[in-house]
Amino acid sequence: MEPPRWHTNVLIPCPWCGDREEVEFRYGGPVPAGYPPDPQTVDDRAWARYLYYRPNPKGALEERWVHTAGCRRWFRLTRDTVTHEITPASDASA
Amino acid sequence: MREPDSPRHLWRNPEPKKAYDVVIVGAGGHGLATAYYLAKNHGIKNVAVLERGWLAGGNMARNTTVIRSNYLWDESAAIYEFSLKLWEGLSAELDYDLLFSQRGVMGLTHSLHQVREGKRRISANQLNGIDAEWLTPEEVKAFCPIVNISPDVRYPILGATLQRRGGIAKHDYVAWAFARKADELGVDLIQNCELTGFDLKGDRVVGVQTNRGPIAAGKVALCAAGHSSVLASMVGLDLPIQSYPLQALVSELLEPILNCVVLSNDIHVYISQAHKGELVMGAGMDAYNSYGQRGSPHVIEYQLAAALEIFPIFSRVHVLRTWAGIVDVTPDASPIVGLTPIENLFINCGWGTGGFKATPAAGWTYAQTIAQGQPHPLNTPFTLERFTTGALIDEHGAAAVAH
Repeated sequence: MEPPRWHTNVLIPCPWCGDREEVEFRYGGPVPAGYPPDPQTVDDRAWARYLYYRPNPKGALEERWVHTAGCRRWFRLTRDTVTHEITPASDASA
Repeated sequence: MREPDSPRHLWRNPEPKKAYDVVIVGAGGHGLATAYYLAKNHGIKNVAVLERGWLAGGNMARNTTVIRSNYLWDESAAIYEFSLKLWEGLSAELDYDLLFSQRGVMGLTHSLHQVREGKRRISANQLNGIDAEWLTPEEVKAFCPIVNISPDVRYPILGATLQRRGGIAKHDYVAWAFARKADELGVDLIQNCELTGFDLKGDRVVGVQTNRGPIAAGKVALCAAGHSSVLASMVGLDLPIQSYPLQALVSELLEPILNCVVLSNDIHVYISQAHKGELVMGAGMDAYNSYGQRGSPHVIEYQLAAALEIFPIFSRVHVLRTWAGIVDVTPDASPIVGLTPIENLFINCGWGTGGFKATPAAGWTYAQTIAQGQPHPLNTPFTLERFTTGALIDEHGAAAVAH
């Protein structure tokens, strides 16, 4: 029987290497807002949002990880911040 | 080291009224202290403290009780030192022995960078009138004889900062003492009452929705630590906060062996011995956002390896229990206190890994902010606007927990 993923170590599904333990990865945090397309037109409030504000939901969170001790590639997934249940992204590369 | 007897009466368990002058959301240390100082310093007694679970059952029950004021920047030093001065009179003020013990907080350094950072911080502390001194490895050994200062380890000790007025207090007693006094002054402490929404009139908050019905409020003051983003999002307010698990653990009960608080920012462990006898240890934060109140085992493993290098004498001590609290971390590791874009809605959050030590000062200054509708001089620098103006207060170096 497959153990529940969130029970002890978080198992991270690397799109290229498969399920590996959390210690092999670095966390890249919630997927951030993109760099402003025209930075000259951005005011202080919008810069603040770009620099310092990230999603922090209780529930599904789209986030980035990098497989530092494996293939060293970045990818996205969606993780529930309460159960730690992970849904791989359909297009993981980003 | 005897614990005081339980007082016969702690607080009432009232039904919520239809309306209050001030509704505080979150009955942790900060919420209870805020209620107490609102009633005592400002005469505002028609106050409710709403708590989703039970009183002081969140981070107030989970923290490692370290108290110190040796922060780097003037803004932080001022509010944490004010807090430490309040701690020094708090047992008498609240008529409850909080087991506040100024046994000294020693911050070990294991790298040239940390040595320089530590000495810089000591200078800054001394200029701010805060007691701080530098210890050589031999002086570390003299102050705390069970520390291993051998150069023959992976991360040898190169020296330490010491704040002798720092120490620990019994966290539950702190919460209960504030709660009992606030209750005596007329504050309603309402447990099992979960906030489900806000009532707004235009840009002004006029009440809250709860699982026990609506409650009208002249002012609403959030005090929900790790869940601040969740509450703020109910009213469309984004906060520059990320919530992470922070783990801690205790050992079995031991005879008195560790006479001070020992922190190591470099190798991510902090440790003290509670009055009851257990070793209390905290680690670095887990890497990922979570509200799950649990962390990954490798963080504990890393923390214990660090502890054993500093204290080889603890190699056969058993871990009794581990847990995690959810800490609300800001980009500059400093809190957010004050007004919000919504009239009559106040926030106190972002204390991250170090909110316990600030309990009395956070309550004192937040109460004044709420009562007068403008920031207290000590929390003026800690507004939400600083992320727009760029006036950040970077305390990553002085925070004991690696961020």
